[in-house]
Amino acid sequence: MTDLAANALLTTADGRPLKSALAAAQVRAKRRAFLLVLPLLLFVLLTFVVPIGQMLHRSVYHDGFSANAPAVSAWLAAHPAGTAPDEAAYAALAEDFKAMKAAKTAGEAGTRVNYTLPESRSLFTKTARVADDLAPPYREALLAVDAKWGDPLVWEAMRSASSAYTSDFYLSGLDMERTADGGIERVPPKERIYVYLYLKTFALSALITFICLLLAFPVAHLLATLPMAKANLLMILVLLPFWTSLLVRTTSWMVLLQGQGVVNNTLVALGLIKDESRLSMMYNQTGTIIVMVHILLPFMILPLYSVMRVIPPSYARAARSLGATSWTTFRRIYLPQTLPGIGAGALLVFILAVGYYITPALVGGADGQLFSNLIQFHMTKSNWSMAAALSAMLLLGVLLLYWLYDRLVGIDKLKLG
Amino acid sequence: MKKILILSTALCGMAYAANAEVVVLSWGGSYGGAQTEAHLKPFTAKTGIPTTMTDSDNPATPIKAQVEAGNVTVDVASVEYADAIRLCDEGLLEPIDINSLPAGADGTPAAEDFLAGAVTDCGVSTDIWANIFAYDSTKFSGDAAPKTVADFFDLEKFPGKRGLKKGAKAVLEFALLGDGVPASEVYATLSTPEGVDRAFAKLDTIKKDVVWWEAGAQPPQLLADGEVAMTTAYNGRIFNAVITEGKPFSIIWDGQIYENEMYVIPKGAPHMEDALEFVKYATSTEGLRAQAQYISYGPARKSALKDELLFNDGKTVMGPHLPTAPENMTNALESNFEFWVDKDAELNERFNAWLASN
Repeated sequence: MTDLAANALLTTADGRPLKSALAAAQVRAKRRAFLLVLPLLLFVLLTFVVPIGQMLHRSVYHDGFSANAPAVSAWLAAHPAGTAPDEAAYAALAEDFKAMKAAKTAGEAGTRVNYTLPESRSLFTKTARVADDLAPPYREALLAVDAKWGDPLVWEAMRSASSAYTSDFYLSGLDMERTADGGIERVPPKERIYVYLYLKTFALSALITFICLLLAFPVAHLLATLPMAKANLLMILVLLPFWTSLLVRTTSWMVLLQGQGVVNNTLVALGLIKDESRLSMMYNQTGTIIVMVHILLPFMILPLYSVMRVIPPSYARAARSLGATSWTTFRRIYLPQTLPGIGAGALLVFILAVGYYITPALVGGADGQLFSNLIQFHMTKSNWSMAAALSAMLLLGVLLLYWLYDRLVGIDKLKLG
Repeated sequence: MKKILILSTALCGMAYAANAEVVVLSWGGSYGGAQTEAHLKPFTAKTGIPTTMTDSDNPATPIKAQVEAGNVTVDVASVEYADAIRLCDEGLLEPIDINSLPAGADGTPAAEDFLAGAVTDCGVSTDIWANIFAYDSTKFSGDAAPKTVADFFDLEKFPGKRGLKKGAKAVLEFALLGDGVPASEVYATLSTPEGVDRAFAKLDTIKKDVVWWEAGAQPPQLLADGEVAMTTAYNGRIFNAVITEGKPFSIIWDGQIYENEMYVIPKGAPHMEDALEFVKYATSTEGLRAQAQYISYGPARKSALKDELLFNDGKTVMGPHLPTAPENMTNALESNFEFWVDKDAELNERFNAWLASN
């Protein structure tokens, strides 16, 4: 039998060796499978990988100055940092200004240098306005337009902007700045904001996740253990707000919680608080926490519910019959079985909370703002590179936590439903 | 199959035809409403070119993104003066030649008819508006009512929450005016680090009682809800709430900060020629006067100010309600666009840092 298998090559009906025929069939099957997932793959590539890649690229790339001032960029590249600008440098600058005036791009170049050295933007627009009148000797001509052109800080800022690739935006995002001699230092305390808000965002998100867990656990348990008819009714109560528009829910909370809102009016009418000491629950951090907990609650309830549904009640009963107290039963039997649901819910709520911006923007007032509100701020100010750098920082934070979660709990234990 | 193809092509054609209209992007609320009534509707009636009004919290924001993406959907935008200058410098706007604008109703050429600075390389003024503060006159009245900009910052004499715009522009100037800096020295003071510190120190005194607003329609709403006792606002919004809705609000003109509002055309606007026609019409003597009949912002043409202006209720004389009225200008500050074009990014970052700290 073994001899036969070894000597006589197995063939298919049309005489091809079985092995290669099988391999060919498998290739076909694989190709078909690949073609089936191809649309999804393309979709993910186009809507996810490419935009995020572009964003990351933008966070280190800004050619506003280098593209519009090629001559002076070339001069700066040819001379090491600290070289005093000579007549050739000023001539290159004048040449660039003439081109920038024609193309109306001086504002763009100035904006880029302004990111590194505030208050230098008008220097560019002002000089461009008179660019056509510039004549040799260029050093004197430019200094006559504005004495700032002799300032080494301006030249240092142009040097930093003359390379399209830059780490300046990440430096700003870490509350750092460049010094005149090319070093790095922290910005003055009054201008520090990003690191503080970054940490605060993660801390607030953790707090919101924790409150969601505390509130969602009993609800999910009730949902999982009630008879079907009642559980369905309760489920609708959970899902109805979930399906309602985010803006509607946020503004409803504003009506309820503001100074002259329903809650305060009721408390005053009941005599529980005085009219002049109304609670401030809106346009501050408290407002942000309350509204975000409400909005994110379903994301905690649903994974918990799906896990709790399949936990057999017999385990808990067995533990009780063997003498465990109800607390021990909960702690050692029930809670560990719900862990995959807790993990999934917490991860969902936390990641959503970290990136939230509409709700804090509407109800956060001054101290309820999150990191994402700064990203939005830079987007509206058209400083996209800064917005991209901050987004990348947020992305990194979330990926780190995801990795930590994977190491501690294991991502395969995640159960979303 | 062929029928479907023809049908869908026809539908596409129709959709395209319906799109051939001038899209105007403005600030919404009663201001957007005034422009719709005074500029868009009469322009369409006169020329047959359809127009659409769209809203934004700040119409200058989307222009850069639209131009750089090569997907401009806006034909005309109504932007603040400093933004008109900045966007023009960055090559994001179409230039508008002052000599192509229509002469005043009295025949004065446009270049002489417009007030100084009202026409820039890329923008034409639609009106002069002001940042003022207003209070709820049911809360303060008679001698106990606030009178000066300093009163806005006096929480002891005038208790209650304050509404302020969330942003550095006009807020820092307002704080310095409230701290007693004369209008003529505000920008010189604000150009020094000590001056900036002084402005923030003044804001610190009321920080815990401030409700921050972002859209122009919010301040009258905050006042009406009783959320704040007084708030900074755009003067026309308060005027409209008082005149058309009968709200008990009063405007304090002391410490007003005024500037031109500009119509601009984004580079590569889809209906460039119609857009230019629209701007010409809207900023003619007739167009400017029409807008002033819907909101209390002053026209920037001398010819439009010659005859008395009446609000659209037919009885309210607009003169005393305009930022440019002499009695409103006793302690007024003209917003300095050069200062803000330069320092916008820096001071707003500082403002954000200040706002987030405790």
